[in-house]
Amino acid sequence: VAVDPWQVFFNRATLYETPHMILAAYMVVGFMVASVYAAGILKGHRDRYHRLGFGIPFTLAAILTPIQIFVGDTAARAIASQQPVKFAAIEYVTRTGRDVPEYLGGFYVNGKVYFGLRIPYADSLLVGFKPSTRVTGLNSVAAADRPPALTLIHLSFDAMVGLAFLLLLAGLWALLMWRRRHGLPRQSWFWWLAVLCGPAALVAMECGWIVTEVGRQPWVVYQLMTTSAAATTNGGVIDSLTAVIVLYAVLAVATVLILRMLARRWRRGSPAEPETGVPYGPPAEHREPTGREPT
Amino acid sequence: VIVDVVAGILLAGLTLYAALGGADFGGGLWDLLAGGDQRGRAPRQLIDDTITPVWEANHVWLIFVLVIFWTAFPPAFAAVMTAAALPLWLAAFGIVLRGAGFAFRKEVETLHWQRLFGATFAFSSLIVPFFMGTVIGAIASGRVPANPAHTDLAVWTGPTSLLIGALVVAVCAYLAAVYLTQEASRRADHRLRRYFAWRAAIAGTISGALSLTTLLEIHSSNPALFHGLTHRALPLVILAAACGLAVVVLLATGRSQGLRALSVLGVAAVVFGWGIAQYPVLLPGTGLTLTTASAPHSVLVTLVVVFVAAVLLVVPSFLLLFSLHGHQLLEEEKRAAQEAEKG
Repeated sequence: VAVDPWQVFFNRATLYETPHMILAAYMVVGFMVASVYAAGILKGHRDRYHRLGFGIPFTLAAILTPIQIFVGDTAARAIASQQPVKFAAIEYVTRTGRDVPEYLGGFYVNGKVYFGLRIPYADSLLVGFKPSTRVTGLNSVAAADRPPALTLIHLSFDAMVGLAFLLLLAGLWALLMWRRRHGLPRQSWFWWLAVLCGPAALVAMECGWIVTEVGRQPWVVYQLMTTSAAATTNGGVIDSLTAVIVLYAVLAVATVLILRMLARRWRRGSPAEPETGVPYGPPAEHREPTGREPT
Repeated sequence: VIVDVVAGILLAGLTLYAALGGADFGGGLWDLLAGGDQRGRAPRQLIDDTITPVWEANHVWLIFVLVIFWTAFPPAFAAVMTAAALPLWLAAFGIVLRGAGFAFRKEVETLHWQRLFGATFAFSSLIVPFFMGTVIGAIASGRVPANPAHTDLAVWTGPTSLLIGALVVAVCAYLAAVYLTQEASRRADHRLRRYFAWRAAIAGTISGALSLTTLLEIHSSNPALFHGLTHRALPLVILAAACGLAVVVLLATGRSQGLRALSVLGVAAVVFGWGIAQYPVLLPGTGLTLTTASAPHSVLVTLVVVFVAAVLLVVPSFLLLFSLHGHQLLEEEKRAAQEAEKG
């Protein structure tokens, strides 16, 4: 195989995938931080600290949302031409053809879509801006070369796009209220939505990763190496995965407990004096014996 | 030729990881052995002060070594990762728990939680270098096959592996004690200087004894490597021994100047001595040499380019970090922040 390592940075997908993920990262952080302060505002803390804590990250993330939708749409069109089978899995395109409909939701079982909202011509329109656009279907490759779990891929894609529009709506409403009253929205439904925006952005990003990673199966290196050929021959993959999940679950619980403890300490107003004579303790400055307190 | 350059970069990364990350593990070991809460307070304080600003940076070198290894020599990397999966997993768990324990123990208030997280940190500091050492032993004794299908206990539990595991732990303790001696001496804390000088001398002696035992064991487990160590790489082996002896003499005579440099030079001599002794073999006992196991030429060229760029970016930052740390500017900031908090 002729290897050109620089193609990692300079391939066709870099142009849309890299901004897609960078924007996603800023959106997740922005909406997540804003959602913490939105919860505070819902509890009645409408002081300057909470307003700024909400306003700055939310504004940044809300401005990026329409840009992200545009980048994502461009990415989908590029995938339709560069990785047509992945695109076919995302959009439930069973057979190559023209006048391809778009499905919203729905389950894919044995080549048929159940309970999906079918919009005629919409997929062809999205790919090539006219109903007669030809879209490559799953039948263009052998069954072994198609990704598994089509329902998971399609519903993850729909969830990602749907949540992006929910985030867009939240941003537009805040903009409208700002234009009208030069202030933050007062409606309590907006603040509930703002609290949801953080988790929603995170779920949307994870759904995007499911689409791109499950959607490219069975390839780990597109059309060069399958995932099963690259996988370790060692047994115990489930065991090590379980161990990693358990370890990180324990660490996550510990992190949350410690953050809550820090918050309690902060609320008490002063850093507490830790117990003296601790074998694994914080610096000794905190642990001067009583009577020798620095004045 | 370029493959030799990349192998040299790999060995340099390994040396840096041993000298910086190793001392970091060693700090945890001395924390573990510092005794009860009253007796161990002063040394733990010095260890904590010394490690805190740089401990994350020190472990960058592990990532560096792994990335170079898998990019430049993929078949050998796959063989090692497959055959020695278990000790590598245990080391990885230890690394994660060590960082978490170190960070968390500063934040919790009650005694038993500080004990739990502190013990997690200190115990991980013991097991991580040990398991990494067993993997090095597995490679050096030729127990990693070229195309292993499964992980195998026999690969990393041979006498060479166990000896090198113990040796790596001892060297980590030795390096940390040497650095802490110099640090205590810089702070004019003579009690702590004696405390760590004594421990550095003990750890250095144990390291020396383990090195000799390992060398004898390699005589039977990998005669080719033994031949390399006693012929082509002999000057480096002698240099390593001389550095170790010089450090012990300096410690005994109460001098601190040049301790750190000598100890690092000794470790570098061991790492490069190993590389030169088995050159050009990559995995002893298999057909994998630097040439047969190497990635395509274009990848090696890219690696060298990226390495040069990384050095230009990273070295100034590291020098700044160590110089700020050396002049205690980082601690000053911390103290100022604490004063502000109290005030």
